[in-house]
Amino acid sequence: MISLAGRDILHAWSRFVLTGMGLGLLIGVTLSMAGIYRGMVDDAGALLDNSGADLWVVQKDTQGPYAESSSLRDDVVHSVRGMPGVARAANVTYFTMQVARGARDVRAMVVGFEPGLPGAPGELIAGRRITRSHYEAVADVKTGFAVGDTIRIRRHNYTVVGLTRRTVSSGGDPMVFIPLKDAQEAQFLKDNDAIVNERARNAANPALNRPGLPGLLEAITDAQSSNHNVNAVLVQIAPGLDAEAVAEPIRRWKHLTVFTRTQMEEILVAKLIATSARQIGMFLVILAVVSAAIVAFIIYTMTLGKIREIAVLKLIGTRNRTIAGMILQQALGLGLIGFMVGKTAATLWAPIFPKYVLLLPGDALRGFVVVMAICALASLMAIRAALKVDPAAAIGG
Amino acid sequence: MHSPEHGIRIEGLRKRYGEGNTAVDALKDVNMQVAPGEVVGLIGPSGSGKSTLLKCLGAVIEPTAGRMILGEQTIYDNGWKTPDLRALRRDHIGFVFQAPYLIPFLNVTDNVALLPMLAGQKNAVARARARELLAALDVAHRADAQPSELSGGEQQRVAIARALANQPPVILADEPTAPLDSERALAVIRILNQMAAQYRTAIIVVTHDEKIIPTFRRIYHIRDGKTHEEAGEGRAIDLAPALA
Repeated sequence: MISLAGRDILHAWSRFVLTGMGLGLLIGVTLSMAGIYRGMVDDAGALLDNSGADLWVVQKDTQGPYAESSSLRDDVVHSVRGMPGVARAANVTYFTMQVARGARDVRAMVVGFEPGLPGAPGELIAGRRITRSHYEAVADVKTGFAVGDTIRIRRHNYTVVGLTRRTVSSGGDPMVFIPLKDAQEAQFLKDNDAIVNERARNAANPALNRPGLPGLLEAITDAQSSNHNVNAVLVQIAPGLDAEAVAEPIRRWKHLTVFTRTQMEEILVAKLIATSARQIGMFLVILAVVSAAIVAFIIYTMTLGKIREIAVLKLIGTRNRTIAGMILQQALGLGLIGFMVGKTAATLWAPIFPKYVLLLPGDALRGFVVVMAICALASLMAIRAALKVDPAAAIGG
Repeated sequence: MHSPEHGIRIEGLRKRYGEGNTAVDALKDVNMQVAPGEVVGLIGPSGSGKSTLLKCLGAVIEPTAGRMILGEQTIYDNGWKTPDLRALRRDHIGFVFQAPYLIPFLNVTDNVALLPMLAGQKNAVARARARELLAALDVAHRADAQPSELSGGEQQRVAIARALANQPPVILADEPTAPLDSERALAVIRILNQMAAQYRTAIIVVTHDEKIIPTFRRIYHIRDGKTHEEAGEGRAIDLAPALA
């Protein structure tokens, strides 16, 4: 038996392909939305991977350092290093800022780290690691900086000495790594006017500027204008130990909040990007409904355009299931063309997106199944209309 | 495939639409007999019941009473005697319509071969049968063309070939010459006569067309739901031009 659907598609292939392309662009947007969500989850995973930590020690009762602000004194790291099971620990700071690049700003997460310890940038794709204590930076390639460029952070210029790839914040902002001390200063740095005003206020305060206590005023002013805080302590545990078993004594004895990798993933994926995920989920549902409506409308219209032929087919003895199969196959064919166009389009335009778009084969497969299911459902209205056609309609009078 | 030895016979066929006070008797007492190889005309004014009769004969609506015998098989006797009317139409009745109504997305060969394929024949066998019919109807050279590439006359010949594809004992032709000029209309009737003789098929031609009525040897007039048989002129049409 010849394929009636196939022949009809071939007969009107240009209309079919154009319709499929239109549908395909819609499917491409749908796949891209899923890819954006996957990209956000992958960014979160990359953030945790790049930190190199097994445990995140943060300010008590906070969910820092990525989801909430967290502040610890930078000497906490010494006591953490002394806890059982801790192999290495390092201070780290994170703050997001607009970094000037030429005439434009780049939104970046500035990371203060200690070289050779957790939190340091991973593999470099160009340049070298930071070897000086101050004013050198390693930047993610997505910032647009090249080796040798100068980055201005607050009041200081940093020379880019190395480039990394896929080092991003949970929001997808590329990272700029600078030495910890510089980052501490930059994070809490006040402007000159504020420092002068602070000094004047201290000097005018009789409690702080006591004649009998020389050096007190300078000590207070110095303490106010310097920063010894960090956002978190990143911990690597000794091999073979359970992360939770190492975390518990730190929580108990140091009165700090400690997250394991699993808990941190939970914070990032289930809490930090949960709203975005729901937003994308809503878009996916709306796009699916719109796609179904378009396919249903197209197939229904195409079927109505063939009512006379369907009446003739029924009159000459074509089974209902053959006619239903023809319409179903056309809907599936439309879905197949749409999916191929959509997948190609999504793959081609994914790198253009400012945020990371991760198109997983599994998502594509699931998308294909959903598209086919939607097309099959969408064809039901047309099939119903076709099956209601009276074969007598082919006979005049 | 059916061997058309007995043509079609209709006895006391009635069709009533509706019930009670609103009932309309579209067919009151229809009697017809068409022998294998014979072409008869069925004529009558609008509303006389021609289309209703055609639909009853075509097994697309159910008569109210009467008897219909197709070939050797009683298909209706105060109720359908066959469980699968679709198969009955496919295997035992050919249809030719006012317009050719070819399937636009199938080429000429497959338009004709579709019926044998629907009847379960292999594609190669069905296409061979189609090519044979197309050759008989002098359209073999358009076998691979799409219907939209054919002239009106060629399309009508392909439609006749499709009606003959399963070698039915009867072909119902509904105003097959209505859109054609005199020459082409006569050519269609000539072809129908040739095919009726060649394939031993009974053909009933429903028509208003004054041009072709003189060509029938027998005519059934239908008026107020009743048929009256009369002899036709049976005018020779051998000289009619080929249907281009």
